[in-house]
Amino acid sequence: MHVLQSDASITPQPAPSRSRSPQPRGRAIVVTSGKGGVGKTTTTANLGTALAQRGSRVALVDADVGLRNLDIVLGLENRVRHHVLDILEDRVSIEDAVVADKWSPTLHLLAAAQAREKDDVDTDRMRELVAQLCERYEYVLIDSPAGIEKGFQNAVVGADEAIVVCTPEVSAVRDVDRVVGLLGSRFTPQLIVNRVRPALVKKGKMLSVEDVNAILRLPLLGVIADEPDVIVAANKGEPLALRADSPTGAAFRAIAARLSGEETPAPTVSLEPDGFFGKLTSLFGGRRSK
Amino acid sequence: MIEFLQRLFGQQRSSATAKERLRLVLLSDHLSLAPDLMENLKRELIDVISRHVEVDRTRIEVHFEHQDRTIAMLANIPILSVKPPPRPPDAPSKPRRRRRRAAPTSNPAPAT
Repeated sequence: MHVLQSDASITPQPAPSRSRSPQPRGRAIVVTSGKGGVGKTTTTANLGTALAQRGSRVALVDADVGLRNLDIVLGLENRVRHHVLDILEDRVSIEDAVVADKWSPTLHLLAAAQAREKDDVDTDRMRELVAQLCERYEYVLIDSPAGIEKGFQNAVVGADEAIVVCTPEVSAVRDVDRVVGLLGSRFTPQLIVNRVRPALVKKGKMLSVEDVNAILRLPLLGVIADEPDVIVAANKGEPLALRADSPTGAAFRAIAARLSGEETPAPTVSLEPDGFFGKLTSLFGGRRSK
Repeated sequence: MIEFLQRLFGQQRSSATAKERLRLVLLSDHLSLAPDLMENLKRELIDVISRHVEVDRTRIEVHFEHQDRTIAMLANIPILSVKPPPRPPDAPSKPRRRRRRAAPTSNPAPAT
């Protein structure tokens, strides 16, 4: 479905030799979408938390230089002292620049530079940095900025896998389709459909996960329903993946399990509106504005 | 009309509208992102048309246009002249036969 493009500038070169490393190389996974505001950063934070809660060593890299947000979602904004560009420009070591997470000891954050621009990042150095992180961590999740310009290219350059986040909207699906084309044949991106509202899907007012993936045709990694607790968690800076009682947290934990190669049921959301309010709205919602 | 009926039965599904818009916009995106496809299509189209009429290759325009519920390929191909109709297959041309017969004698050296 997507058009493959020969965009040489983002075609990564083979990673440097890892013969010195005693342990297997970690997986570098970029989280991207094209469109902004679809939940890339929330996904990166929660997926990283869920993987760390499973005992993996995880590094999160905020590649959104100039618009740093991953630290906020994780509640780590007061602990950030250094950023990606401090490493790339040889001011500090990786060990000095990473911030340990509050909740998960094996989760580390590498924040983006806030006072710099995306064009300041050297693409070759970025590739090297991700390769170095892969020697230290089992998972390196790279939070891509929106867009398809240099920031996106730098986020992608060191990755060996890609997760694309899409919402059930025409604009988001179109942008993911474009991004998948730009990622080229080296990646088979896995899809997370975020912000699904089952009650609306049931009434035919929202594209379903099946509608979205009939167009994108990607391996479906996860489905996240649009729940108010996502906003509450963002307010507090506390990833939902930590919360046993949160359906969103459970969805992220399922994604982490699937990503780790565990056999899990196919991702889905229930189309039955739950709770009294859901039933009430479905009862009276039939003739409201579409 | 369809819209009226949908409204009448309260069944207007904006997700169906979204699906249709998405289909068209991606079709359009993929066409615009595949310049090779456009060039090949244009070349083959002109080759076929040129078998029947002589066209002005310098003034050909081919583009895609959104129409109501589809995307149309619009081609503007100026025709300079009409070529003579091809002979029916059961009436072979004499000159071609003559040429074929003449072929062995045109190169006498290997024949002897």
